[in-house]
Amino acid sequence: MDAPEHAWTLTSNRTGDGALELRLGGSWRSADHLPSSEALLRHFPSDSSVSQIRFDSAGVTAWNTGLVIFARRVLEFAKSKSIAVDRGGLPEGVRRLLDLAAAVPAQKDTGRHGEIPPFLTRTGLRAQEIARGFPEMLRFVGEATVALGRLARGKAQFRRTDLYLVIQQVGPDALPIVSLISFLVGVILAYMGAMQLAQFGAQIFIADLVGIGMVREIGALMTGVIVAGRTGASFAAELGTMQVNEEIDAFKTLGISPMDFLVLPRLLALALMMPLLTLYSGIVGVFAGMFVCAITFDIGVFEYFHQTVRALDLRQFLIGMFKGTVYGILVALAGCLRGIQCGRSAQAVGEATTSAVVTAILFIVIAASALTIMFQKLDL
Amino acid sequence: MTAAAPAQVKQAQQPVIRVEHLTMAYGDFVVQRDLSFDVHPGEIFIVMGGSGCGKSTLLRHLVGLKTPMQGRVLYHDVDFWGATDDERELMKRRFGVSYQSGALWSSLTLAENVALPLTEYTDLSAVEIGEIVSLKLALVGLAGFEEFYPSELSGGMLKRAGLARAMALDPEILFFDEPSAGLDPISSRRLDDLILEIRDSLGATVVVVTHELPSIFAIGDNAVLLDAETHAMIASGNPRVLREQSPNPKVREFLNRGEAA
Ligand SMILES: Nc1ncnc2c1ncn2[C@@H]1O[C@H](COP(=O)(O)OP(=O)(O)OP(=O)(O)O)[C@@H](O)[C@H]1O
Ligand SMILES: [Mg+2]
Repeated sequence: MDAPEHAWTLTSNRTGDGALELRLGGSWRSADHLPSSEALLRHFPSDSSVSQIRFDSAGVTAWNTGLVIFARRVLEFAKSKSIAVDRGGLPEGVRRLLDLAAAVPAQKDTGRHGEIPPFLTRTGLRAQEIARGFPEMLRFVGEATVALGRLARGKAQFRRTDLYLVIQQVGPDALPIVSLISFLVGVILAYMGAMQLAQFGAQIFIADLVGIGMVREIGALMTGVIVAGRTGASFAAELGTMQVNEEIDAFKTLGISPMDFLVLPRLLALALMMPLLTLYSGIVGVFAGMFVCAITFDIGVFEYFHQTVRALDLRQFLIGMFKGTVYGILVALAGCLRGIQCGRSAQAVGEATTSAVVTAILFIVIAASALTIMFQKLDL
Repeated sequence: MTAAAPAQVKQAQQPVIRVEHLTMAYGDFVVQRDLSFDVHPGEIFIVMGGSGCGKSTLLRHLVGLKTPMQGRVLYHDVDFWGATDDERELMKRRFGVSYQSGALWSSLTLAENVALPLTEYTDLSAVEIGEIVSLKLALVGLAGFEEFYPSELSGGMLKRAGLARAMALDPEILFFDEPSAGLDPISSRRLDDLILEIRDSLGATVVVVTHELPSIFAIGDNAVLLDAETHAMIASGNPRVLREQSPNPKVREFLNRGEAA
């Protein structure tokens, strides 16, 4: 028999005609830890002589869907043993709920089993997925190029206001963080350089180091990384959420290309703003160097300025801004690509955002190495 | 527990939900002003009204997602917004809510969606939870879709899955926001049967937002009709009675599908 600590009681007795009567008493709620299938089994004689199962629920004081679930267990069990069940003794509500639950037959052949495939299969699937990702990326870049072509012919469909809004978001709104990071990087560069150059008494060349370093290389790189984290992530999250809400499908069915309407303004905004941000970052870096030198190394502001002007020419600025533009385009492409590829769940938006930033930084670093070597070879 | 209480007894009991002079607003925009009504235990209470009149907003106030601008919402005579945070949490534990747009957690499968309240608030084993989940999904006609993600379901299926999640804990009070919108007549009818059954067998009180007239007359014991133009409640009572006898022509028109009475 059942342990007394339960709120429910379950007893069974054989009736004369070979049926088994389950007598239910007490409280039958889902939270009551109702008898499991094994506990049920104990009420059945080992010789399969039961012809029918009946219920007697006169002693049930309270119940909820827990009792329905128990009844389903009994039905399931009886079905597996081909025993008939007389539901007459169940409370009327339970019988009606059982009928409602059985009103729509369970969908079969949905192809879902809820099991995780074995490790090798998962590895294979993942590899295939990565391999599929590459042509997809190329296609995206191709489509973006075609969209740029449409833009050049003045046929691209997008709203000017969208472009201005994105420009505001990626450019002016990024100034505080770009200023801070560029200044600090300038300080670090000046300090590190000064320690070494001081050994030869050549502190004045800090100006060359900081000027060329910031304007030509590091300004663009830092801005690229900041924009990847700031803007690339926001592009991916925004487009990803639009994908979840079927907003992108709505554009497609209207015959508006999401490439034109969503990707182009973002691409343009970053391509326009990145050179300016890079230029700004370089200048802030130069000021940081000037500040460090004036405070700690006793190099006058005018002297430093003079040396900087001598070290830098227009070419350095142009190279820096060119790199910045390239990074900006890469960030925009990575952000929009991941956003548009996004799945249909909140988690997928998170993944798209992460992936956008990782992809963007990866692209930036690869591009930075390639461009640096290229300019070196070209003697620029 | 097993049968619906007779109507006379119902009236004698104190209301489960009492709304007193509730004014709801978004910022300066007053959606509804001075609502007062009672919901009695074991009642199917219908909130009706034209689109945009504030039905979902009312539901948000009832379940504690939005604070009233004025007025009170009482559960068993306890002021919901005057209670301490802990008391409020306990009150909320007795609610089951389904939202107009489904609001399923998109990164969980249907089974996981329904199971989450059970794993959080009960000490049932995984097997027991699994059985509850399949019963609840079967009751809304979604047996076999346990492993589907919300993005892989149709609109009506999402709605029904939301109902299954709301029913997961066998709550005392259920709030359904337009449960039958987007369903075919047969599923819609079956849903009415389910709501009646939840009330009759499980003794729950159900608050349903709906404009489906057949459903209103089939299941509603009591109702309020909100009006978007006057921002006020223009009728309350049994919908079948209101349809015939309301003194306000607007109410009769609404309940007769615009065929002016
Ligand atoms: N977050 C919000 N901020 C401002 N106004 C809102 C907000 N949500 C809803 N509203 C306004 O409140 C009013 C009522 O909205 P609500 O969603 O409650 O309508 P409803 O009666 O549920 O309509 P429907 O039947 O179409 O679902 C509408 O006029 C809507 O514009
Ligand atoms: Mg609504």
